[in-house]
Amino acid sequence: MGMKVTVDKDMCIGAGQCVVTAPDVFDQDDDGFVEVLNESPGEGDAEAVRDAAHVCPARVITVEE
Amino acid sequence: MTTTEVPQETSTSYPMTRECPYRPAAELGRLQAEEPITRARIWDGSTPWLLTRYADVRSVLADPRFSSDPYRDGYPTVAASRKMRQDRQRPSFIFMDDPDHARLRKMLIGEFTVRRIETLRPLIEQTVIELLDAMEAGPRETGSRLAGTSMSTDLVQAFALPLPSLVICHLLGVPYSDHAFFQEQSHALLDLTSGEDTVFGALDALQGYLDDLAETRRRNPADDLISRLGARVDAGELEPSEVSAMAFLLLVAGHETTANMIGLGTLTLLHHPDQAALVRDGDTATVRSAVEELLRVLTVTHLGRRRVALTDVEVDGTLIRAGEGVILAAEAANRDPEKYSDPDDLDVTRGTNQHVAFGFGIHQCLGQPLARIELQIAYPALLRRFPDLRVTVPDSEIRFRDQMAVYGVHELPVAF
Ligand code: HEM
Ligand code: SF4
Repeated sequence: MGMKVTVDKDMCIGAGQCVVTAPDVFDQDDDGFVEVLNESPGEGDAEAVRDAAHVCPARVITVEE
Repeated sequence: MTTTEVPQETSTSYPMTRECPYRPAAELGRLQAEEPITRARIWDGSTPWLLTRYADVRSVLADPRFSSDPYRDGYPTVAASRKMRQDRQRPSFIFMDDPDHARLRKMLIGEFTVRRIETLRPLIEQTVIELLDAMEAGPRETGSRLAGTSMSTDLVQAFALPLPSLVICHLLGVPYSDHAFFQEQSHALLDLTSGEDTVFGALDALQGYLDDLAETRRRNPADDLISRLGARVDAGELEPSEVSAMAFLLLVAGHETTANMIGLGTLTLLHHPDQAALVRDGDTATVRSAVEELLRVLTVTHLGRRRVALTDVEVDGTLIRAGEGVILAAEAANRDPEKYSDPDDLDVTRGTNQHVAFGFGIHQCLGQPLARIELQIAYPALLRRFPDLRVTVPDSEIRFRDQMAVYGVHELPVAF
């Protein structure tokens, strides 16, 4: 029962908080919108991903555990 | 809104006078514990809501039922000078709601991605080296001491202001030779005590300059942001006036904020030599963490985020009615003991920070990757170059920027 990460890209405002917080899991495309690099991150990234969901200013990152 | 809001009784006024220049007024902490959602009187006699808790501040900033539009009745303007400026200036997207805000912001976010900003690192490092070289080469202190090997200067003028100014001018495409002009004009705009002549003069000078630059680059594009916006004008996506309004916002938003983080941040570190040593000798992770911690404790945008309710909204049991103004005191939220342990302590190793110094919600700072990288480079470079850096006057002689939109120090006399 790993972690599952989804984003609502349409609502992303490109602040890049997720990339700073969990660089192994999130990236931004050339236009600045969020891209999920790994939808099922492992234990090692779990805390950073939860943190990213918390700091995302547009609240578009959803984490299911 | 046709009804005029009747000011409510309140003994609280905002902003409050700081007892200590390094922390927000103690009264904010009391309100946070006892009256987290209250009324406060502001300069024009109106009594918007004042919210001080981390959770409430974030929830309102993320709520589309609150507007950033200062033209709406009830919006709590920061100061009289800000109101004048608002009446004269073309609106920029920091003062718009979605969908207008989103349309304009989305044209810029590709310019400010973490990755794009990372490509500026060599330029920023080089700029820092040159500014520090100039400091080192500066005039020697003329004193009677024989061993007068010590040098002194104003760190704000020598380092804190020119760094962000040079970087943002480069990014936009403003020629190097004009950056002094920008520094002067944006200072006049951010001085809350500026009179009408000064405000209008600075506005017209900047807007006129940027209109000309935008038009020149639209016809003769270069590899810079203003030229890329010019291409959008040709594509029919943007009005020419919107280009200069965006450029204006970037110049003003990115300049004194970062500069004051450098000035006040350095002063703060020098008062905490153990923390300064960690920043000077620390690895990348420590430096990153230190920058977030300084952003949190200093919260240089110290006069609260401002919003007005579009409909009746209940926040944590309090009804905020349509048309009522709201001030989100981020400087207090960033020291909420429910969120941070020992919130008043500077702990550069705090790590996970989640501060609201860049705001929250759709208006969260667009330039934060740039601000971060500038600060991550500036603090350690300064402390490494001048291990003996010290402030030459006591705090009582330092002029803190209480009357400015961005908090910090006007001057920072240092020796090294
Ligand atoms: C340490 C330095 C900085 C601080 C503390 C800071 C702080 C902030 C804050 C608090 C907001 C939110 C305003 C609101 O909610 O109404 C904001 C927005 C903004 N900032 Fe920054 N900022 C900094 C540096 C920069 C830089 C370097 C740039 C660009 C070059 C920049 C560009 C912007 C823009 C364009 C907005 C408006 C975003 C929007 O409305 O969508 N800022 N900033
Ligand atoms: S933190 Fe949120 S808004 Fe910012 S880039 Fe990531 S997903 Fe988008």
